[in-house]
Amino acid sequence: MSAVLPHPIDHDHDDHAHGHHPTGWRRWLFATNHKDIGTLYLLFSFTMFLIGGVLALCIRLELFQPGLQFFNPELFNQFTTMHGLIMVFGAIMPAFVGFANWMIPMQIGAADMAFARMNNLSFWLLIPAALMLVGSFFMPGGAPAAGWTLYAPLTLQMGPAMDGGIFAMHIMGASSIMGSINIIVTILNMRAPGMTLMKMPMFTWTWLITAYLLIAVMPVLAGAITMTLTDRHFHTSFFNPAGGGDPVMYQHVFWFFGHPEVYIMILPAFGIVSQVVPAFARKKLFGYTSMVYATSSIAILSFIVWAHHMYTTGMPVTGQLFFMYATMLISVPTGVKVFNWLATMWRGSMTFETPMLWAVGFIFVFTMGGFTGLICSMAPIDIQLQDTYYVVAHFHYVLVAGSLFGMFAGYYYWSPKWTGVMYSETRGKIHFWASLVFFNVTFFPMHFLGLAGMPRRYADYPMQFADFNMIASIGAFGFGLSQVYFLFFVVFPAMRGKGEKAPQRPWEGAEGLEWEVPSPAPWHTYETPPKLDKTATKVIG
Amino acid sequence: MTTLKTIRRSGALATRGLLTLGALAAGGLATAADAVNDLKGGPAVRGIDFQPPVTDIATQQRDLHYGMLIVCTIIFVVVFGFMFYSIVKHRKSVGHQAAHFHESVGVEIAWTVVPFIIVICMGAAATRTVVAMKDTTNPDLTIKATGYQWKWGYDYIKGEGEGIAFVSTLDTAQRELSEEGKPAGDDYLLKVDNPLVVPVDRKVRIITTANDVIHAWMVPAFGVKQDAIPGFVRDTWFRATQTGDFYGQCAELCGKEHAFMPIHVVVKSQADYTAWVADQKKALAAKADDPKKVWDKDALIARGEKVYVANCAVCHKPDGKGAGPVKALDGSPVVNDPDKDAQILTVLHGRLNGAMPAWQGKLSETEIAAAITYTKNSWGNHTGVLVQPADVVAAEAK
Repeated sequence: MSAVLPHPIDHDHDDHAHGHHPTGWRRWLFATNHKDIGTLYLLFSFTMFLIGGVLALCIRLELFQPGLQFFNPELFNQFTTMHGLIMVFGAIMPAFVGFANWMIPMQIGAADMAFARMNNLSFWLLIPAALMLVGSFFMPGGAPAAGWTLYAPLTLQMGPAMDGGIFAMHIMGASSIMGSINIIVTILNMRAPGMTLMKMPMFTWTWLITAYLLIAVMPVLAGAITMTLTDRHFHTSFFNPAGGGDPVMYQHVFWFFGHPEVYIMILPAFGIVSQVVPAFARKKLFGYTSMVYATSSIAILSFIVWAHHMYTTGMPVTGQLFFMYATMLISVPTGVKVFNWLATMWRGSMTFETPMLWAVGFIFVFTMGGFTGLICSMAPIDIQLQDTYYVVAHFHYVLVAGSLFGMFAGYYYWSPKWTGVMYSETRGKIHFWASLVFFNVTFFPMHFLGLAGMPRRYADYPMQFADFNMIASIGAFGFGLSQVYFLFFVVFPAMRGKGEKAPQRPWEGAEGLEWEVPSPAPWHTYETPPKLDKTATKVIG
Repeated sequence: MTTLKTIRRSGALATRGLLTLGALAAGGLATAADAVNDLKGGPAVRGIDFQPPVTDIATQQRDLHYGMLIVCTIIFVVVFGFMFYSIVKHRKSVGHQAAHFHESVGVEIAWTVVPFIIVICMGAAATRTVVAMKDTTNPDLTIKATGYQWKWGYDYIKGEGEGIAFVSTLDTAQRELSEEGKPAGDDYLLKVDNPLVVPVDRKVRIITTANDVIHAWMVPAFGVKQDAIPGFVRDTWFRATQTGDFYGQCAELCGKEHAFMPIHVVVKSQADYTAWVADQKKALAAKADDPKKVWDKDALIARGEKVYVANCAVCHKPDGKGAGPVKALDGSPVVNDPDKDAQILTVLHGRLNGAMPAWQGKLSETEIAAAITYTKNSWGNHTGVLVQPADVVAAEAK
């Protein structure tokens, strides 16, 4: 966002080749600069985050008390479905691409992303997709209401908005694949001399692995929803039992995409935390090599655990045992990562500025999500928990407290570099503590609801569940307000350039090439490959 | 007493409606809880654990969960003990200098191997239950549960009560209470018109399927949750160790009324169950055809065609020509015999050691009379003879 307000020409007076870059709206529509595109991605994803958040609050409003007070069940199902789709495909995934665009070229000493125009396309494709997705509320019959998993044959009963939703997801998938190709090629081909793979910063490493995951599974999702589309309109019967199709096959295909998708949404957050923790512990990351291998093993294992989302579909006993064992196995590399972070903190010299708070908050709350994941992995227990609020609690612990907290850590850590101004430490801390408290108020009681047997995606529920639902709803509104606070009191001031001027390296313990350029980062960085020291963290000429 | 309770209940509801954040802090939780009591066999007020198990499987699930809670708590305490110790002691503000270590092969092997061993123990502990859960063999009673948008159909397929079938729907008053936003009652959204009835201490196998979209049949107290998938059959089982009422709800998103298709199972003692089956059979019989009824020709032939197509056509063929050793009915001397009894007795008692089966008891008198009348007046047969159910009753007496 550095370049949001000051004219970019201010920063690169010695720029000959690109002296005539577009200004005004053209600068954004025709953007090819990785920093501008990163900014666009981040603004887009935060907008989608707010829209998805409003939908979440509509859900919690209806569930504040038993009985239908505000919305009818059709609309309620649209809210749950669209909340999931918007948060996954509109908020979390593009936000990490925004981080990647901003940081990867700066971290590896590259001038820009490999394919600048494809980068532009992959961002601008998101706009029509998002309009179509959000606009589906205004189509006849309302938005898709089959759940974000879009299980057949319920999808076959949906109105025309389902087709809009499928098309939107196709476009977002194409955008993700382009983004991934760009990231892989950038990382593999454009590293500065001396930046070997095993010297790369962890954020770049996790994104490299994530990008491969994306390329592997986005086409699988596209296949599944295309078959849904032809079942709906062209009388095929891939998943339609009325014509001999198999609805369970849809679930297998969907979750073959869906489980790696979970790691797509969490690995870049692992990367951010792996950089923030050492910076504020003033100590090198413990077990860098094992972190890389753990990340890779998580990625590989993520392909062989998908059916743990389907224990209740009635698979054979051997299938259930296989997926149970494989799922439990994932906890080993995930545990290794947590232990590495703790060992990095151990005997460090820690300070707790806002990025570190978010990172420690991430480790704490994400690990709780890991524990419930371990509990859910056990098939006999999962029979009780499947499709209850326990699962809702579990995946919000790993996706909100995981991905989102990781992103906030990244924002506070890198925004001085982006904007050239420091955020207010007090405001950052208010944002963190409010989010942490309200997050737990919202989602912790959901474990109890699930254990006691409350199914998810219910517009109304037995009276016995009333109190915990009320607490969760209050927490949700608090959490929502905390994010509005972040927007108005942290993001807007930063965009207006308000705040202390940021030094080139605002964090004493931060290492890496992004801290070798001034704050705000000039419009073009590393136009010629820098000469690096032995650790590839400093420019020496 | 009842009035008092009603007043208290409506007062509590009114308070709930006005609850604000401040009121909640001031004891709103207690107010809300007054309006409802624990439901035996269903959810408890502010329940924080599984519903009390009434099957062996549900007990094992609960114990596994307790075991996992213990394991997770130990790991939690150890891991975060280290973290918070470090956060307190190893900070710059207390003057701690950063150490320089950043790898240790030994430590890293240890914290890979130890979790691996824990995971293996967990897998081993769960395996027995998984295998037991999936073992649906040798049931005492088999019931098919069919999910419809938005109700459950139950067919007693095999075992005591075979032939009983009914549909179980949410009590209509409940849906209205929900719509008005005025929920009430301990079994709110769990009350149905016709609960499923099963005997205690018997292995009950539930076969699930669905008619439209995927549903899931769940009863937490039994530790059972099984998707009901259209076009496919799946099964699960339970053996309830207590009599009483047990409740569950549909657990797979199935459209707008997803929250309004509960499951209510009544577990009865063996004697009560037998009595219930007898009642159901009587009710079924009362609904069946009256063998004293005198039918007119067209109605009897129309009914007969259905019976013929469903039971006879597989051998005698739809055109009555038979095939191979199966005799043709078209032009058959028995069918065209002016003495009705010749054919009636053949159908009742069968022929050729059951090559032609005996239909007495398998079809009602009305169905037999209708099928015979149909064959006597179809294809090339034009006898014009009607066989009334009473004729079949008379023949049975011979």
